[in-house]
Amino acid sequence: MSGPNHIRRVAILTLVATLIALPLVIWVLGPALPPGSGSDQAAGQVTDNTVLTALVTPFVCFILVFFGYALVVFRRRGADDEEGEAIRGDPRAQTLWIVLTSALVIFMAGYGTYALLQNGSGGGQGPDPIAVPRGASLPVQVIAQQWQFTYRYPTYGGVETMHLVLPADRQIELHVTSLDAVHSFWAYGLGVKADATLGTDNVVYVNTRSPRSFDIHCAELCGLYHGYMFDTGKVVGGTEFDAWIQQQQQLYQPIAQYMPPYSTTYSPDPQRRAG
Amino acid sequence: MRLRRLLGFNLLLAVVLAAAGYYLGWWLGHQVNAKSLDYFGDTGQNDVALFLAYLLGVAGFLAGLGFFNYPFSRIAGRPATVDHDETVDPRGWTRYIGYSTDHKVVGLQYLIGIGFFVFFGAVNAMLIRFELLRPQPNVFGSGQYLTLVGLHGTMMMGMMTSGILGPFGSYFLPLMIGARRLAFPRVEAFTFWLLMAGGLILSSTVFYGGFPTGWTGYAPLNDQANMGMDAYIAFFALVGISMTLLAFNMLATVFMMRAPGLTWGRLPIFVWSIVATAGLNVLAAPVLITTLVMVALDRTAQTGFYLSTQGGSQFLYENLFWFFGHPEVYILAIPGFGIVLELLPVFSRKPLWGYRLAVAGMLGVALLSFFVWQHHLFVSGMNADLRPFYMLSTELISIPTGFIFVCAMGTIWRGRLRYDVPMLFCLGWIFNFLIGGLSGVFLSDVPSDVTTHGSFFSLAHFHYTVVGGLIFTFFAAVYYWLPKMTGVELNQRLGKIHFWIMFVAFNSTFAPLFAVGFLGQPRRVVTYPGNLQFLNDWASVSAFVLGLSILIFLTNLVWSLAFKRSPAAANPWGSKSLEFQVPTPVPVYDFERIPVIDSDPYPYGVEPAPRVPAPAGAPG
Repeated sequence: MSGPNHIRRVAILTLVATLIALPLVIWVLGPALPPGSGSDQAAGQVTDNTVLTALVTPFVCFILVFFGYALVVFRRRGADDEEGEAIRGDPRAQTLWIVLTSALVIFMAGYGTYALLQNGSGGGQGPDPIAVPRGASLPVQVIAQQWQFTYRYPTYGGVETMHLVLPADRQIELHVTSLDAVHSFWAYGLGVKADATLGTDNVVYVNTRSPRSFDIHCAELCGLYHGYMFDTGKVVGGTEFDAWIQQQQQLYQPIAQYMPPYSTTYSPDPQRRAG
Repeated sequence: MRLRRLLGFNLLLAVVLAAAGYYLGWWLGHQVNAKSLDYFGDTGQNDVALFLAYLLGVAGFLAGLGFFNYPFSRIAGRPATVDHDETVDPRGWTRYIGYSTDHKVVGLQYLIGIGFFVFFGAVNAMLIRFELLRPQPNVFGSGQYLTLVGLHGTMMMGMMTSGILGPFGSYFLPLMIGARRLAFPRVEAFTFWLLMAGGLILSSTVFYGGFPTGWTGYAPLNDQANMGMDAYIAFFALVGISMTLLAFNMLATVFMMRAPGLTWGRLPIFVWSIVATAGLNVLAAPVLITTLVMVALDRTAQTGFYLSTQGGSQFLYENLFWFFGHPEVYILAIPGFGIVLELLPVFSRKPLWGYRLAVAGMLGVALLSFFVWQHHLFVSGMNADLRPFYMLSTELISIPTGFIFVCAMGTIWRGRLRYDVPMLFCLGWIFNFLIGGLSGVFLSDVPSDVTTHGSFFSLAHFHYTVVGGLIFTFFAAVYYWLPKMTGVELNQRLGKIHFWIMFVAFNSTFAPLFAVGFLGQPRRVVTYPGNLQFLNDWASVSAFVLGLSILIFLTNLVWSLAFKRSPAAANPWGSKSLEFQVPTPVPVYDFERIPVIDSDPYPYGVEPAPRVPAPAGAPG
């Protein structure tokens, strides 16, 4: 078979494309990837997203270059009815492909597991968390119901507040639960997401950083006003947090005697059907 | 005389009996238990009545079409027969609107029936994007919006599970394996009419207040929801039954009815994709049916399978649903793999590269798809210690999916590529599915999934795989095979315009939605942060252009089929596979003599050309 060495050309073009794309992915796209640096978990996700994007970049370059090249070079010229060579496979190419894709995939799964076990990555881990960061945590409960989130602070007398305020540079242990349908507590800027399920205590760890505000959404369809189930949370300095929580305790003191005692889950009356 | 033909078992009687059955069920439901339901007095909500109405309505519909005639005649002791219309149907065009056991008639029925309901689902998508033009609700309220979302998702998922197997599987499977019919022609017709009954039932949800759960129907929201939910349950259960039977029929046909010489290693790759998909269907769809029957019992008989306040578990629903739901998305994807690999050799003029690898890819995807379902539940708090396993199994699926890509790449390499419309759609698949597959990497990785789960990112991901994967290959199949099915050419220029507008508009719609999800917009919300309006508007306008491209296709279809009617050649693409070796229109009994197969289905570039199996009566 004479003619140009197509395989070498594709290889060189792939290499060039990768050398251009990879630095862009790592240094330009990577830092812009979500969810930002609001917490250790969020920053870890940004790293994770960058690693994944960088790993798939050479494959994307190869496939796009391959198709771009083949679609131009091997197009039919004129009304030529000639048929291509009857190549039915190539054991070396097939083996190489299987080995490379398998290596990539297994590395990704390994890396993902490693990243997950560092600090739980901000994902809900159920009642018996396996990825528990070291050090003491401040427990905060997130209670979802149709259609709002409320928050209880067991170390502060179980006071229940309407908004989420967290102290900066602390390790927080969020306990997410629901009183009715399945909701999902998504604190976007902190890189936290955990489903809220009736009767289940879903634990998430988050290590806050500097003071900031962050968006909270419900990320699981929970009925009529799902789209309105959002709020803004705040991470504030230690003294500011102490002042705020004392103010909340005073504010809700009159109703404290009617509150159910703090518990990891709550059983409302058997659900009745509603329209 | 003409009016007399309106009497008998036909669609007219079916509609009448369906209405009668519906009202009978409704009445019965109110007799049975109106007093025993504590909530009935408050809300007037009687789910028992509606389920009975749907059940008896479907029974009446099928009876009117004549589905029970044969079983009853057998019970009455009459001998087994082959239906007259398996051979020669005297009904003319009206056979297309009735019970027909000719696989070619059923194939076209499927194409039109599914097309109708998918169009309905697409209109819902347009309305959703219209609502999302503004961050605050502007046209629909929250409840209507959720019903639109649920109707769009459920209709598309339910209908397109049979979107390839129904039309193209029914029509071409026998032709591709050298058989005269499917193994169970009556079952084949049954699956189609069951699906149509289901589509009508799902549409009827708007009369009962819609349903708020989306296509996933999570508990306990599904128990809390109003009567529109019953339509969802009845629809998906009927779809499950239809899918299961359709798949058993396909499997039986491939296993038992291949022509002499058609070994497993010579099966067209499209047939292999049908085998893999049908295998998924028969294992996954029964789980769906059972799951939904349990939901129906929770709603009617006051059981508590999925209610944790009554000893059940929402997690049970989530597990069962996704045990069906994840194979389901491969039920949508694998036929697309088959179409791409079936068409690329024809338009590259080369044999399929890596046939065994392609088969391994499809079977591997099918097998692995049963071991990944909890990746939908990474942040649910259930089985948190199993997340590394599900992360690994999910990412392993990209290995067999990669086989499909490498086979496509090997096939076009050094080919003589022809850019006809079906080929363009196959190449569109390559690009779309590449993006769809790689975005899946972020969802399968737990740390990354924490942000992307339940966001517009996952929406964009599965639209890339389902619209960019399945719908593009669906159109490839339509342009490729419809001339064979109808004997009429489609306009190629309009086809190319359709492709290019659709390809650009599709990417322009869904690529920004990755960013929208990354920036924090959850799925299925009627409101969103104001700073995301530009991206949402961009996606909406692109979606309208995408809708326009479908209208161009429909224009082409109507103009070519109804007005222009220029006859198609028997083999317009120079294909060497068996279904193009029979004359157009395809004879009633497909093959006068069963062909004998002595080569693989892709003998391109082979000198001297091997004998293409030419049944008697073939042109040339």
